[in-house]
Amino acid sequence: MTTSSNKTAIRAEGLTKRFGTLVAVDGLNLEVAPGEAFALVGPDGAGKTTTMRMLCGIMDPDGGRAEVLGFDTVKESERLKEHIGYMPQRFGLYDDLTVAENIRFYADIYGVSKAEREARLPELLGFSNLTSFQDRLAANLSGGMRQKLGLTCALIHTPRLLFLDEPTFGVDPVSRREFWAILYQLLGTGMSIFLTTAYMDEAERAHRIALMHRGRLLIDDTLEAIKEKFQGELLEIHALDLHAAKRALADHPLAKQVLARGDRLLVTVDSAAAALKPFEIILQGAGLSGARLDKVEPGLEDLFVQMVQQEGG
Amino acid sequence: MFRRIYHILIKEFIQVWRDKKLRFFLIVPPLVQILAYGYAINFDIKHVATAIFDEDRTEDTRDLIYRFRSNQYFKVKHYIESERHLRDLIDHSEVTLVVRIPWDFSKNLRWGDPTKVQIILDSSDSNAAMVVSRYVNTILTDYTQEMFKQRLWRFGLRGELAAPVDMEVRAWFNPNLMSRWTYVPGVIAMVVMLVSLMLTALAVVREREIGTMEQILVTPIRPMEFLLGKTIPFVIISFGEVVMVTLVALLWFEVPFRGSFLTLFVGTLAFLFNSVGVGLLISTASSTQQQAMMAGSFFLTPAIMLSGLVFPINNMPPFFQYLTYLNPLRYFIIVVQDTFLKGVGLKVLWPQMAAMFGLGTTMLILSALRFKRRLA
Repeated sequence: MTTSSNKTAIRAEGLTKRFGTLVAVDGLNLEVAPGEAFALVGPDGAGKTTTMRMLCGIMDPDGGRAEVLGFDTVKESERLKEHIGYMPQRFGLYDDLTVAENIRFYADIYGVSKAEREARLPELLGFSNLTSFQDRLAANLSGGMRQKLGLTCALIHTPRLLFLDEPTFGVDPVSRREFWAILYQLLGTGMSIFLTTAYMDEAERAHRIALMHRGRLLIDDTLEAIKEKFQGELLEIHALDLHAAKRALADHPLAKQVLARGDRLLVTVDSAAAALKPFEIILQGAGLSGARLDKVEPGLEDLFVQMVQQEGG
Repeated sequence: MFRRIYHILIKEFIQVWRDKKLRFFLIVPPLVQILAYGYAINFDIKHVATAIFDEDRTEDTRDLIYRFRSNQYFKVKHYIESERHLRDLIDHSEVTLVVRIPWDFSKNLRWGDPTKVQIILDSSDSNAAMVVSRYVNTILTDYTQEMFKQRLWRFGLRGELAAPVDMEVRAWFNPNLMSRWTYVPGVIAMVVMLVSLMLTALAVVREREIGTMEQILVTPIRPMEFLLGKTIPFVIISFGEVVMVTLVALLWFEVPFRGSFLTLFVGTLAFLFNSVGVGLLISTASSTQQQAMMAGSFFLTPAIMLSGLVFPINNMPPFFQYLTYLNPLRYFIIVVQDTFLKGVGLKVLWPQMAAMFGLGTTMLILSALRFKRRLA
């Protein structure tokens, strides 16, 4: 047990959870190394939160098992909880308590001594910039500050592993960047982080990424390795009339997939070099002579869309 | 363990204290209730609106009517002239009681023939009607005896005529039969139940609603610690409520307190096991505070109706009489009333205490089991 805890922070084998006839999590296998930031990515309803709850020991799986920090999540959930921090989507802060009172309450129920708490507070409040807000009621904090207070409360007992469920959902970009700066500091201290997110750019900050769809993992690797998995190459097209461009290219034999995303069109092809010329001709023929075509590196989202489509087909 | 319970307890007190509405809820409504019920709930019936329909109009009937007029329980408001007038008065609820004396009343009386007086009662309030008919009965019995005596005199028989059995009623503990003395202690019981049950249910459900419940679940805190931390503050607050309303009962309504405060304390503690237990049970079945409020009132109303405070348990159908044995309020009302008025102690009230402790413990265990540690 001790050896496995040194080698892995999380190990799940065939983890399964059913709600009635719905299989929310379906035979999940995953492994997270100590000191690693692991992101579980997927759309709403993919089973991310359910997975996290099972790993935290607050929900029993219907099948399979998981070991977190060497503790069995079912049999040793009480001991496990002393070593993990958990921040759900909506962190449970008491609005009618002040910042300092919220922190003190969580410190107290984790059994953190007063001396320990006092020693830790300046550091925690410092990186979350909450020092000057200690006497403010939690109800009067902004979204970003609430998030940081939640994190402070989840960290007060110095957990070895931190669970974050969609940590920056509804948080502005500046606060999100600050939040991640804090997370990197924590990783520097040897803490492991397991997070779920629906934002691809957020997932890309993690060391390792797993794509989850309908309760199953589609892929689980580093960002670089995942990007290599992309089949074909990606062409980005800017045109004045995207709809016309999409219509023109949709049935082209070289275009394996055409997707509009914002102000551009993303076309998956086997070889960008081979497709460039024919596409230009077609677009010119459709009266879109100003169109610009560039080869781009596929992002996580592109791969995810491709994998989900293959899964469906 | 005790340290963690203590921390939740302190947090709970801070939250209650900061909540202005809750602070108001804890002080004003209980006071209003005890004052309102103390004055309003009054089953002593006086000044019953009465109409007399005298078809005979003789000296005898005047004597009888005088007995109604000179009595504080009746207020003769109308003298009826016709059958239609009678209907009218009853239909418009002008009068509760009509005394109708037939045209041959005097004649029959003098001839020694049996005679009748018709009593018409508006019984839409059956309790009141019962009380009034008892009053009327007393007056008519007195009158009959008087007439009987006069007749014997006429036949030359003299002397005091005594009824073979004379009933002499002594109302112990409440010699003037003041219903306020009975009801004010009852209201104390009601207020305690309302406050402790609702506070407990809402406090737990609120944690679920704002999402702190899930946060608490991932801490090493145990369900029992959480439950105790959430309930002990409300037990303490409920004792504060008892002290507050008891003071009003003693100082404002001057209800006598003949028992010991220890008995009241033990009884309240036993009762709180029940109301806090029910509050917890409701909280396990509700996901929003509104649901908890609804469930709470579904429990409270029958608990009060079937407690014996408002309607005598002996008048209920057997099924409901048995049902009241499961109603903790039934026992608590007896404990509070008897502690105030009879001054009896645990030696007499132990069956009620035992019932409350038994029911309460069962309720607490049940709700603790239902309080699921895990979300699944």
